[in-house]
Amino acid sequence: MKSLILSTCTRMLMPLILILSVFVFWRGHNEPGGGFIGGLLAATAFALVEKAEGLEAAKRALRFRPQSIAAFGLGCALVSGVWGGLQYGYFLKGVWPFITIDAEGNKHGLPFGSIFLFDLGVYFVVLGTVCGILFALEDVVSREADVEED
Amino acid sequence: MLLFWALVIPFGTAVLALLAWRSLEMQRGISLIGALALLVLTVRIAIRVATEGPFAEQAGGWPAPYGITLVADGLSAVMVLLTGLVAVAVLIFSFADVTEGEKHYGFYPLTHALLAGICGAFLTGDIFNMYVWFEVMLIASFGLLVVGGGKAQLDGAIKYVGLNLIATVAFIAGVGLLYGATGALNMADLHGRLMGRGAETPILASAAVLIFAFGSKAALFPVFFWLPASYHTPTFSTSALFAALLTKVGVYALIRVFTLVYDIDGTPIAALLLGTAVLTMAVGALGALSQGSIRRVLGYSIVSSIGYMILGLAVATPLAVTGALFYLFQDVLVKANLFLGAGATKRLAGSEEFGKAGGIWRVRPWFSLLFLIPALSLAGVPPFSGFWAKLLLARATIEIGSAGLTFMVLAVGFLTLFAMARIWAAVFWSAHPEGDGAITERLPAAMLVPLLALTGAIVYIGIDAGPMVAGAAAIATGLIDPQAYVAAVLGGAE
Repeated sequence: MKSLILSTCTRMLMPLILILSVFVFWRGHNEPGGGFIGGLLAATAFALVEKAEGLEAAKRALRFRPQSIAAFGLGCALVSGVWGGLQYGYFLKGVWPFITIDAEGNKHGLPFGSIFLFDLGVYFVVLGTVCGILFALEDVVSREADVEED
Repeated sequence: MLLFWALVIPFGTAVLALLAWRSLEMQRGISLIGALALLVLTVRIAIRVATEGPFAEQAGGWPAPYGITLVADGLSAVMVLLTGLVAVAVLIFSFADVTEGEKHYGFYPLTHALLAGICGAFLTGDIFNMYVWFEVMLIASFGLLVVGGGKAQLDGAIKYVGLNLIATVAFIAGVGLLYGATGALNMADLHGRLMGRGAETPILASAAVLIFAFGSKAALFPVFFWLPASYHTPTFSTSALFAALLTKVGVYALIRVFTLVYDIDGTPIAALLLGTAVLTMAVGALGALSQGSIRRVLGYSIVSSIGYMILGLAVATPLAVTGALFYLFQDVLVKANLFLGAGATKRLAGSEEFGKAGGIWRVRPWFSLLFLIPALSLAGVPPFSGFWAKLLLARATIEIGSAGLTFMVLAVGFLTLFAMARIWAAVFWSAHPEGDGAITERLPAAMLVPLLALTGAIVYIGIDAGPMVAGAAAIATGLIDPQAYVAAVLGGAE
């Protein structure tokens, strides 16, 4: 069952939701938001594609296997933990390679480092896991529907 | 960083195995390397604990009790070392046991996620963090149970997840109560804060809820039924991993929390644990006699073994705790050996049901020994490792002058021997229903090597038990008087 209205809206909404998810992720660095919510939002974008255009289209839109995306995310989080461990001897210690502290104790530079990498990992783990579960469920449902039609 | 590698290595292996989804060969290689790396690391942790005593590491450099602490004392170090050993044995066995289809469903990544959860639960010094690792284990073990995708697997998995979810919720509720009463989550910190407050109602209530939670994980009476209902359904490698380590995490949590956090002496908690332990032993041993396939019998034997360990914890004299620890350590090897042996037996005889298998003793006598030795050890027959465990517990019960408990220790041991004899008679001694000629297959080396190694370890522990018992006694002293543990956690950031 395809709906013209839904698929037209999806074409417009999907990039919007993805941009919003990245914005929420970025905002989460210092304010409410972050990798978890951002990842969930991104997953809804692909869920919308799946509802409007079908499972195959959603898989194509995602490009990579959901499991690989989740694994990549978990890998990012692990690397951020080990990074702090190797640099300072404490696992998960925040590392800020672009920040310098001057004599008065003021910080200069980009607040961009291992914590951002960890959050990015969370984003991809959530996106991959939610899409993985959703695709697997849809796969079973569509297969059962095929059997009934036969 | 040493302790955190015990989490990074299994998680990293799971990530690489997931990324190498297309090639099973690569997943297999990555997974074996990961397990070997974990074993090397756990040996290093054990050596450091043996030479320097307990040590702690803080996540993110936040000092305890504010940050999350990982601690290795004697108990944790031995448990992660056994985890590394069993991981290698089970993974090698899985090369011959797990089918292609099951590997495609993610056997390797899930196994390593489970190992990460187990290592985390053994090493964490924070009771809330322990809850998190229980969740990791629950999700990974659910995945491993359904990996075959059959009806029997799903049936077992639903029972398993049903009770375990309730137990996990109870766990978090107990932790919440405890946090409300004390304002602390770090176990070493809790130890100090609960000193002399053991009889307060909120503390006792949280202890009771936690006993239910850990008891369900460890399969104590009356919340044990999920274990015999689910452990015979997945692949043999998975069953062996679960039997050797997963229920032991529940036992570990009980031992850790009820020696370090709560002082149970003279509270109703001690009586509750003792009663539960005795009933668990009896129900497990009797249940094992009523079953008709190898893994179902072994499933109930797990339950009765757990009862023994908790009995030692509840009696709480130094000798009894030593007995419980020794039992716990050697039982990891015995259970892994028995469940892997059941897998090899099924490969030979074509079935693990009593009526459909047989004749193995006449056709493969040497392999039969690899099952007989752990079975006798489980029953407590000298000179194998299980004998010393039961001897220590029997002596501990004689020391406190409780004839009833001594009788239970001996009687349940006898019933276990009877249950093992039933497996032996039905599967090894009796003729195969299709004639002994039906057994033609040769066991692959991937099955024999882990079995040989585990059996060798059991025989070695049995013959050279002195140092092992002395080690268990030293660890027990450290549990009963956790000064060194508390100092390692709270005595300044490392």
